[in-house]
Amino acid sequence: MAFTRGFHGRSQAQRDARLPPGQYDTGDTWPVLTAEATPHLATDSWTFTVDGLVEQTTTFTWDQIHALPPSAYAGDIHCVTTWSKLGVTFGGVSVDALLEAARPLPSATHVLARCHTGYTTNLPLDDITGGQAWVAWEFGGQPLAIEHGGPARLLVPHLYFWKSAKWVSGLQLLDHNEPGFWEQNGYHDRGDPWREQRYQSD
Amino acid sequence: MPRISGWQTATVTEVRTETPTAKTFRLALPQPTPHLAGQHYVLRLTAPDGYTASRSYSVASAPDGSNQIELTVELLPDGEVSSFLHDEVTSGDQLEVRGPIGGWFVWRGDTPALLIGGGSGVVPLMAMLRLARSSGHSEMVQVVVSVRRPADLYYADELPGAETTIVYTRESPPGERRSPGHLQPEDLPTVLAPEATVFVCGSTGFADAITELVIAGGVAADRIRVERFGATQ
Repeated sequence: MAFTRGFHGRSQAQRDARLPPGQYDTGDTWPVLTAEATPHLATDSWTFTVDGLVEQTTTFTWDQIHALPPSAYAGDIHCVTTWSKLGVTFGGVSVDALLEAARPLPSATHVLARCHTGYTTNLPLDDITGGQAWVAWEFGGQPLAIEHGGPARLLVPHLYFWKSAKWVSGLQLLDHNEPGFWEQNGYHDRGDPWREQRYQSD
Repeated sequence: MPRISGWQTATVTEVRTETPTAKTFRLALPQPTPHLAGQHYVLRLTAPDGYTASRSYSVASAPDGSNQIELTVELLPDGEVSSFLHDEVTSGDQLEVRGPIGGWFVWRGDTPALLIGGGSGVVPLMAMLRLARSSGHSEMVQVVVSVRRPADLYYADELPGAETTIVYTRESPPGERRSPGHLQPEDLPTVLAPEATVFVCGSTGFADAITELVIAGGVAADRIRVERFGATQ
């Protein structure tokens, strides 16, 4: 159909150019969408492990990961449910630094991010290297709230936000793509908001 | 892996008012796909200049082999899509939809389930309850619905039943034994089959409060499936 009878949408002035197709600006709010019960994780027992196709399986404690050089993201985030949050800041460590410690083998092409709740999401290695991904524990200068993935979440802001796995516990390097939780439930393997890669058939 | 079909142009066959802020839209689909109770469709509006706005709405109707589905839409205060649907859409209009979507928050009708919904969170649970009743297995589900006042209850004529408990948080109907107040452990069933799945749907605050209650009652976290919406304050 060409267009919906009677619908005009928000005015051009209200549509930010930073919004990918089909997204709207959620403004000051930050929606919470989680499929499982919110976990309560203590930082003194928290760990993050890089394993799979690496030279050295590497585990970081909370203190150890904080000892790495800090890295921040300032920009936008986009959820597949169509809300976007513009001009946000996250702080943490670059995934590049974590991978550098473990040294991925040349055969590694993909990762599976795993979380303390059992949630998983898959990503091409190319999408989490080169300054595109973080393990983040700060949002807007404050500790990341539990409902938003605190104490720490994966952050991959150039892809739909279900890839930015909350309560992340590690990355497993693989030589093949292994669909994670939402990917097995019909969502896209990669999830590029600028190409509207929302569902498997997109 | 569930197959999600492309966009199709559905025709609105009926618009029904559930509450002052909720309407049910009955849609006839040119390419129907049997859905699972708990799944949703995406609905997309297109303006003449090509601007689009899409939102997800849970299917309220049980799969019934027909080409029609029902979506119940809550009117949000600054809702771009919900206000259009409520203010403009009437029977005979066409709306673009895509689905059914979702593989996690679904009930196939073959296992015991405890369904707990707050406000508009009752919508996907209604599809599950309708499926249980229509297949003659209402004993498989236990339903607890939390609303503020009687006027806020969706499907008010249909929800009450042996398997359903309605909890009012601000104002109870006349003759109601329970005083108004938030859902408490004693409002939940005392007996739950060990293999039962608990489905919780509502605002994010409701979902957090209820999952904590359920876990405190001894249910393992991995038996709980949550569908939530809305933001933290």
